[in-house]
Formats: sequence, structure tokens, C-alpha cells
Amino acid sequence: MRAAFFGLALTILALGLAATATGGPSTPAAIPGCAKANLNLLEEGQLSLGTDNPAFDPWWSGGSKSKDWEINDPSTGKGYESAVAYGIAKRLGFTKAQVTWTAVPFLRSFAPGKKPFDFYLGQVSNYPERRKAVTFSASYYNVNQAVAGLKSNSISKVRSLAGLKKYRLGASVGTTSYNYIVKYVKPDQSPRVYDTVNDVVTALKNKQIDGMVTDFPSMGYITNVQVPGSTVVGRLPTQGPQEVFGIVFQKGNPLARCVNKAINAMRADGTLKKLEVRWLGQKGAPILK
Amino acid sequence: MSTAILFAIVALVVVRSAGWDEVKQAFFSRQEFEEAFPDILSAFWTNVKIFLVAEVFILVFALAIAVLRGLPGPVFFPLRALAVVYVDLFRGVPTILVIYILGFGIPALQLPGVPIEPLFWGVVSLVLVYSAYVAEVYRAGIDSVHPSQSAAARSLGLTHGQTLRFVVIPQAVRRVIPPLLNDFIGLQKDTALVGLLGVVEAFRQSQIEVAASFNYTPYIVTAILFIALTIPLARFTDWLIARDKRRQQAGRLA
Repeated sequence: MRAAFFGLALTILALGLAATATGGPSTPAAIPGCAKANLNLLEEGQLSLGTDNPAFDPWWSGGSKSKDWEINDPSTGKGYESAVAYGIAKRLGFTKAQVTWTAVPFLRSFAPGKKPFDFYLGQVSNYPERRKAVTFSASYYNVNQAVAGLKSNSISKVRSLAGLKKYRLGASVGTTSYNYIVKYVKPDQSPRVYDTVNDVVTALKNKQIDGMVTDFPSMGYITNVQVPGSTVVGRLPTQGPQEVFGIVFQKGNPLARCVNKAINAMRADGTLKKLEVRWLGQKGAPILK
Repeated sequence: MSTAILFAIVALVVVRSAGWDEVKQAFFSRQEFEEAFPDILSAFWTNVKIFLVAEVFILVFALAIAVLRGLPGPVFFPLRALAVVYVDLFRGVPTILVIYILGFGIPALQLPGVPIEPLFWGVVSLVLVYSAYVAEVYRAGIDSVHPSQSAAARSLGLTHGQTLRFVVIPQAVRRVIPPLLNDFIGLQKDTALVGLLGVVEAFRQSQIEVAASFNYTPYIVTAILFIALTIPLARFTDWLIARDKRRQQAGRLA
């Protein structure tokens, strides 16, 4: 009797432990070695994140709730990067309320000195030269570049990479888009380079450039909303190593290790794929040969 | 001596600061310097060209404004007022805004026959802004010529125009050469703002290099190039001032 009672108690205890470990059906398992209390954070118990303002679709979505954010509020959880950020936060044990956002222009995201965020998402491409200055997370998105132009311009009929050569192209400063133009399109006229994607969009509207290059997922918003009468000419084929977006950390920040575990878990259980289909899934434009 | 000690102390504080190693790597990397230099140098010629073209127009345009502002009599009030409004406007609006507004705004109007070239509107903006400053420098020079000079010229039968052309302006321009050159050094540096419109000049090229490596050394390269351009001009100004002084004193002694 006593033994039976003891056994029952053990069983209940074991069941209870199992329930705690899985944390209910909606909460994913905590990451081993990444207890919330031991994470290296700017402010204890709080995840301070950064991105550029304005935050554009489809990376950020759901509109703006406050004056501080121009187009989309990163805290909506809507849009690919916002969803990824909250996915990571959840896996590290943070509630939505424990995540705060700071607007940081891209060019300041890698400035030397102490960073005003735990990590930064903003379509930042991870490549070796940059890893000397900051630490990147594992890839949360593999990206293609694309070209957009006005339908009234003959660039919209181009079907090959070589066909782009004779056009005046534009991109924003410090982007892979610019590097792609210089390295692989090698246009006859020197490309124009602007401070922000917004300025590139304005130049396209003004016909100061024939075509603009930026990452493919951003093209939907640009061609459908920002520039009437424009179209995606095509996606640019990957040349050299696959371009990947990484989350930016202060160089050597140990938090990156835990975020990587969260990203890998999200990749393994199909979450990233689901978010990609939900936020970035769009009709494919042709890939230029 | 005291200057040397001060510099030594500042240098020591900087070098021994906690972040020095990171700053040294981020701003003074030899490898990055050598990689970035050729590209930035070739982009720098764009700055030199912008500067040279703009300077010629500024010298002429600003003088015209200064002369308009000095026209006598109530008949010319509208022209005088126009010159005042012009100077107030373009001296008051930050250069960066003038460049943005003209460089993106006017092409957006899609007027037939009006250029949409960013370089064109960049130069036009700099000419408009700096002409306002330089017109004031000219005006100061013109006002500094003693009224007896123009009174004497007029009494010899010269018209107002002739008086300006042969008596007042030659003296005025000589006096204002140092402040004029001062404005031109400012102009040289502001050529970097034309990059906003998409033109790849030295600063934009250095931003491209910085973003490629997340290393700030290319900015130092650009700073050195600008200094290399402005220092000779500064020394030339010093020399002009010294020569002028010498001549004036020589005149007095003779």
C-alpha cells in the first residue's frame, strides 16, 4: 500500500515534470544552456532590439502604432523580420512585452563602440569582411537581388544580365545590391549610389536612373506601392557564395550563440519556412540569365 | 612647448583609453587604407571638377548680386529687394536641403528640356548657396572702398557703372580675396554633399568602402585628400595677404 502510494506519487511528479519541460503545447522547449537569467543583455530581463526606420514591408508589416515609426512598427510581430525576432525572443523565454525596439540607421548599426541594442535585424548581408567588425547570427534568410524599372523604359523588356549593361542603374550605399551591379552587371555607365532605398526609389520615379537593384522580397512593395508604372524586370542569379541575411551583434557578444540555437531550431521545425511563405511568398519574377 | 605637452597628454589619454584598440582597428587600419586609397582618389576628381566649375559661376554670379544690391535710387528698389531676398533665402537654408530639394524636386516635375542630371543640380545648388555668401563678401569689399573714391570718379564724369568697373570693384576685390578664398575652402568640402543625389564622389566612395568592410579607415583617406586640397589654398591665401601688406607698406614708405 505504502509502496503503491509512493509509486503513484512518483508518477504524478514525473508527469508534472514532463509538463513543465514541454511548457504546454504552444511554448517551445527552452534552449539548453541559454537560461534567460544568464543571457548577456543590455538590460536585465529585457531584449533590446534595433532596426532601421522606416521599417519597410514585407520585412515589417502591420502599420505604425506610434509617432516614432514611420511606416511599420517593428513591435507588431507582423512582417518577416518582426516575426523572426519575436520567434527568437519566445524561444529565449521572453514575452512580447519584454522586447523593446530602438530605431538605428543601417550605417550606425556597425559603428564602433557600445551598441544600443542586443541585436539588430535590417536585411544586413553577412560577409567575411564585415565579420571583422561585428558578430553575425546564422542565416535567417537566403536572398536574391532583383532589378526593377519603369514599364515605359526599354529596361523592362530585358531578359538577360548582359542586357542590363547599357542602362543607368542605382542602388543604396553599402549594399550587396551595389556590389552586385559593380561586380556582375558591370554597366557601361557608373551606377548611382544613394543614402537610402527611398532615395533610389525617388530617382527611379524621376527617371534619373533606368533601373534600381535591391533584394527581391523588397521589390513587391516598391513596384506595387511606391512607384506607379514600375515592374520587377527580373531576379538576379546568385553569383559567388549565396547571399544570406544575418542578425548583427556587438563583436564577440555571447548572446549570438543562443540566438543561433533559436534560429536553428526555427529552421529545423519549419517555422522559418512557414514565415517565409507567409510574409515573403510572392509570385516569382523570371531569373535573368 | 606648452602646445607639445598638451598634444602629448591628449595623445596619451586617447591611446590609453579602453576603446583605443577597437578604434585603432576601425579607423587606422593600414591594409584598409591601401585598399581604399586608389578608388577614393579617382572619385575625388569628381569633387575637384564640381569645385572648379562651381567656383567660376559663383565668382561671376555673386558679383552681379552684390552690384544689384548696391544700385542707387528708388527706381532700382525691386532689384535691390530681389538681391536681399535671394541672399537671405540661400544663406538661410542648409546646403544639404537645397541639394535635396533641387536635385530630387526639379527632376520630379518632369519638365521637358529641363535637365535631370544629378551632377547638374548638385552644381547649381552649390552655386546658388555659395553665391549668397560670396555676394555678401563682395558687398563688404565694395562698402569698404572710401566714398571719396566714387565721389572723385563721378566728378570726373564717370557714370555709376564706370565708377564701379574702373574704381570701386578693382579695389574691393583685392581687399576681399582672403575671405573669398575662405569661402572656397568651405565650397571644396561641401562638394561632398552632391553625393546625396547619387553621384559617386570621394565621400560616397568612402561610404561604399566602409560598408563593404564595416571598417572606417576609408573616411580617414577622404579626410586626408580634402586636407591635401585645402592646405595649399590656405597657404596661398596667407601668402596673398602678406604680399598685399608688403605692397601697402611699400607704398606708404615711398
